[in-house]
Amino acid sequence: MNSGSREEPLIRHRAAGPRNLAALAVVLLLAVILIGGSWQSTRQRIADNAARQIVAQISLVLPGTLYDNEPNKDTVLKDTGGGQPLPIYRARRNGSPVAAVLTVSAPDGYVGPIRLLVGIAADGRVLGVLITAHQETPGIGAAIATEPPTWLTGFTGRSLTDPPAARWNLRTDGGDFDAIAGATVSSRATVAGVSTAVHYFATHRDEIFSTPSSPAATR
Amino acid sequence: MTPDNTTDSSAGRLLLAGLGWNTPGLAALIGLCPLLAVSTSFAAGLALGLASLAVLCSSNMLISALAPWITPRFRLPAFLLLIGALVTAVDLLFEARWFDLYGQVGLFVPLIVTNCLILARGESFAAHHGVWSAFLDGLGYGLGFTALLAGLGALREALAPGLLVAALPAGAFFLLAALVALRQLVVRRRGSA
Repeated sequence: MNSGSREEPLIRHRAAGPRNLAALAVVLLLAVILIGGSWQSTRQRIADNAARQIVAQISLVLPGTLYDNEPNKDTVLKDTGGGQPLPIYRARRNGSPVAAVLTVSAPDGYVGPIRLLVGIAADGRVLGVLITAHQETPGIGAAIATEPPTWLTGFTGRSLTDPPAARWNLRTDGGDFDAIAGATVSSRATVAGVSTAVHYFATHRDEIFSTPSSPAATR
Repeated sequence: MTPDNTTDSSAGRLLLAGLGWNTPGLAALIGLCPLLAVSTSFAAGLALGLASLAVLCSSNMLISALAPWITPRFRLPAFLLLIGALVTAVDLLFEARWFDLYGQVGLFVPLIVTNCLILARGESFAAHHGVWSAFLDGLGYGLGFTALLAGLGALREALAPGLLVAALPAGAFFLLAALVALRQLVVRRRGSA
């Protein structure tokens, strides 16, 4: 077998000469510098952005006069029933618990899960509800999250016993809450999410406030 | 094989190649994924368009500068590696600087890697031209893509309150089809593409 008479092979191993390898190494190095440099120079700012956003969201579901701590730094991760641990932010005044903000994921939105923040006072009453993430249909189901959140204020003041458990439903399902016209599925999922938060808070109140703050959740 | 052999073509011509009615998004329907998903509003379309523009300009320049040392055998992995690194950098900068907007379109920024327009310009133009020409080429095609994204976004944003379908992905298809039809009309009137 004379190599000179063969057909040209598909892959010529000799092509990987030192020049080629050096060029490839330069390209690799460039890529590493680009990614590493931009990550290094932006990560603090990205973390600050995320923290600022959480503070802003918490202030939408908790009256600011209620607490004097930083709930975004007083955080525990709890599985409220969705199968994944989600943050609970605790609000205290002079060290004693006054309210908590629960993150819940309502699994049965029209398109996907709906992520909610539910502010609940120590006595179990809802202080405010905010939808932080959803994929509902624009113009239809997305109405649950429109500004101003008129529909969501319907939950304010409610608790585990008001209305009684059987009536924590849409009116069409025999409950006490109106659905947004045309957005029954999204409304139903939202009511279920708030109900989950209220129920979890009522049954785990002491555990929520006594668990030490977990640094992993504070980020 | 690379010295700048386009000194004859003016900067203006290079810029205009990718702009106007021949912008690949309209002429060849390239880069459809972000086009349809993100163009729900003017701001979102503009943001993703500008992110793509930044990647296209910088990848064109890098590829043009490195091309003399890169043999054809591994130009694809080399170019893709560069484009991927640039997209990652733009993604991080975007998240750091424009956090609110990133919340809307952030999911689609990494997908810029898959926009074949970027690799196509690198392969077919930047690798055989000087850095300055490559920059102008990237700027032209990037601006054309940005204009299309932002324009489609503005159109959908304006129509959505009265015409629900405009807010849905299907609406993006309809409006894009209308724009393509309009382009064909204009191009035919002129007699040539």
